[in-house]
Formats: sequence, C-alpha cells, structure tokens
Amino acid sequence: MRIIKFIFILLLVGAPLNSCKESKAKQELAEIYQCPMKCEGEKTFDKPGSCSVCKMDLQPISKPSALLADPFEISDTSIFNLTTKWNTEEGKTIEVIDLKGKPLVMVMIYTTCKAACPRLVADMRNIEKQIPENKKEDLQYVLISIDPETDTPARLKKFAIENQMDGEQWTFLQGSISGVREFANVLAVKYKQISPMDFSHSNIISVFNPKGELVHQQEGLGVDNKETVDHILELLK
Amino acid sequence: MNTVLRLTICVLFCWINISNGQSKMVLIKGGTYLPLYGRDSLQVTIDDFDIDVYPVTNKQFLQFVIETPKWQRSMVKKLFADDNYLSQWESDTMLHENQSLNAPITNISWFAAKDYCDCQGKRLPTIDEWEYVAMANQKLPDARKLKTYNEFILSWYEKPKTFNNEIGSTFKNYWGVYDLHGLVWEWTLDFNSVLVSGESRKDVDNDSNLFCGSAAIGATDLMNYAAFMRYAIRGSVKARYTMKNLGFRCVKDKNQKTNENH
Repeated sequence: MRIIKFIFILLLVGAPLNSCKESKAKQELAEIYQCPMKCEGEKTFDKPGSCSVCKMDLQPISKPSALLADPFEISDTSIFNLTTKWNTEEGKTIEVIDLKGKPLVMVMIYTTCKAACPRLVADMRNIEKQIPENKKEDLQYVLISIDPETDTPARLKKFAIENQMDGEQWTFLQGSISGVREFANVLAVKYKQISPMDFSHSNIISVFNPKGELVHQQEGLGVDNKETVDHILELLK
Repeated sequence: MNTVLRLTICVLFCWINISNGQSKMVLIKGGTYLPLYGRDSLQVTIDDFDIDVYPVTNKQFLQFVIETPKWQRSMVKKLFADDNYLSQWESDTMLHENQSLNAPITNISWFAAKDYCDCQGKRLPTIDEWEYVAMANQKLPDARKLKTYNEFILSWYEKPKTFNNEIGSTFKNYWGVYDLHGLVWEWTLDFNSVLVSGESRKDVDNDSNLFCGSAAIGATDLMNYAAFMRYAIRGSVKARYTMKNLGFRCVKDKNQKTNENH
C-alpha cells in the first residue's frame, strides 16, 4: 500500500517534467448571463436559467470589457503575439499586449549607458516635442532595458524622473534576459554586453500602430526625425 | 526490502523521465578560452553545461509540432517565422518523402528553435558556448590551430546539401559531440549580438575585424576564415529567417544557473 502511495507521489512529482504541450489554449470565456430586471443587482451567472426572484429568463450579456475591448484581431505580424512578462517602472507586471490601443514608439536602452542612450533618449523626447499638444496623450513611448539585471523598476523610475519622462505616456520595461533577447529579435535590434556595465547596441527607434504592427524604423543617432514623426502623425489621424 | 524496491522504482522512473523524448546530452567541462570575435578579444569563461550530442532531428521536431500546434507551418505567426518555415514538409505534420527522420531539422526560425529548447527544459547555446565546444576535433579540446581541423570545415563549406545527411554522419569530437561541423549551421541564443553593420556607437568589440581584412590575412588564415563565415552568417540573419542549412541543438545549465536563460 505504501509503495502504491509512493509511486503515486512520484508520478505527481514527475508529471510536470514530462512535456510542454501547448498550454491549454485560452478558452473562450463562456457567455455570462444576468437577470434582465437586475433583481439581484449586478449579479451574473455562467449558465442560462431563470432569475430566482422574478423568474424571468436570464439573458446573455456582453463579456467583461477587457475581453470585449478587442475591436481588432491580433494579426500575424503583431508584437502582441509575444507572451513574455515585463515589469514597468511603476512596479506593475504586464505583457506587451497590455500596451495595445495607442500607437507605440519603442526603443531599447540601458540606464548606465553614457554614450548612445542619452542621445537616443533625446531623440525620443525630440519626437515627442513635435507631436501636437492635443495628441500627446494618444501615444505611448516604450523604453525597454537591455540590461534587466541592473535596470530594476526602481532604477527605471529614477531614470524616468531624471529625464523628465515620468508622464503617463512614458513606459519603461524590465524583462527577463531571454525575454529581452526575444524582444530585441522582434525589433531587429542587436546588442552585446562588452563589460559588466557596458553594452554596444543598435540605435533603432520603432513605431508600431495600435495593433502592434511595425510601421516604421528609424536607425542611427541624432538623425532627422521628420520621417518618423510623419509616420506617427499619420497614425494619429 | 522495501527500500530496495523503492529505490528500483525511483531509478526506473527517473530513467523513463529522462529517456522520454529527451535527446542524449554530454557534459562540457567549463573553462576559459579566447574566442575569435569575443568581447574586446578578452578571455571568455564558460561554466559547465550539458549539450545535445546531436542536432535536433526532423523526427524530434515533428513530434514537437504535433504537441505544440502553434509551431505547425500553417499556424505559425509571421512575426516568428518567414515564409520558408518548414517549407520542405509535405504538410503541417508530415515530412516530405525525401526527408529522413534522422536528418537534422532545418528551415526553422530562431523563435521556433528557442521555444523547442525551452519546452525541453533546455535552452539554445550562447555563441561563446557553441564555439567553445566546436573548437574541438576528435582528440583535442582546442584544435583551432590545426590545419586538418580547419580544412575539414572549409571543405564542408564547399559540399552541397549536407543538410540531407543523417545526424552522426560527421566526426565525434573530444567531448563526444557530433556534427558541429559538416552537417548544418546552428542557431545560437545570442546570435544577434554580432554587430556587423558598423552602426554600434563605437567599434569597441572588434567586429570591424570581420570585414576589415584581418580575417583574410595572416598566419591563422584558415582558422579565421572558417570562424568568419559563422560570425558573418550570425550577423546577417534575423530571428524569423529560416534557411535550409540552418538547424540547432540545445544545452542545459549544469547548476540550474540562470545564464542567458531567465
């Protein structure tokens, strides 16, 4: 008997090692039902039936807004296909898809960088300056650290404040080392650690539409931003 | 008696777990070496790790896409693979009749290779790790200066369609690893750390050497040229690219350390 128990425990322990099947596809959330008279307030049910108070048939209601706020499909080329987790400078954990809805302007930097990054950051601010006042809120600027071990959320927050980039429209992201590598590959950014505190890296600013599809990439430092800004303005129309 | 029985069951169970779809690995004893195009031409230190003895095969990858439909040809997102992804295959879950089950899988993107390894609880090797294992010949851990070693690699570059050959068809090296040279090129975890476009803020990392003559002149000509080809390819591909002569194998950290992994 004890042996059987033992085998059972072994099986339990061993099972997760066995495979990496497709994580259960996110199941479509079942319909949600509610009493049309709202006899029980906002109470919802996950099965059809009748209201226990007024006995009327429950009616399907729209799905929760988070799921409904999906006016577009995620296309094949969208960066929202990435499922990695990220920490923001505010200490929140998000996925890339949480950034959807606004055009995105993205760049990869690291905060201990003395040479290129300040100029890349300046380029980002420069782009922001050229966006009309009434549209400033309609954009999201995302700065991703290529040095996630050093650039903790706290450090990113400090960097944001120092560089006057602490507004709502600025987001700083800390990922896992492999998540950052993957993200860089999506942006076609190359980087290499050349000493514990120093990286060499591509200087690329990428513009994505609200669906997460790449629209434009600007390469180099201190280059004319006009084309990039034009692409952004086009998206904001 | 009970103890013996338990032990047997335990061993048996572990063995089943390991042999279940996991390919054979060997231990690579870490060390310090000078890669041809490393950080500032400095010594690089490699920790102990396990590496697949063979590249991942068509058979193994077929099993993987059956279990992980998002990597089937018709399902894969364009963000993660170009149009040639698994293009030789007959269908989503069938090889072409000309393809051998034991030939290395090719025409896969970096994203697919990375996910495959992640799913096995492994990861792709870094460039430095791959080069460290691949500098061995049959007898020596570092044979890079030997003419025979370099000639073998270069003669492979001239051979067409070696990707159709089966795994294990080249030599077994010092570490017991096969097919690092002579079969297919292999993806590395940080292939995108090779900066060759000259756009990095300063050419501190000597990548300029790649294209500035030093690779083609001097006493270690052949050695440089053989490695030059590998680095040049790494510098020119993107993660969603697929090539019919580009495959991969996985490695595993020895101490469950989190190197380039998580």
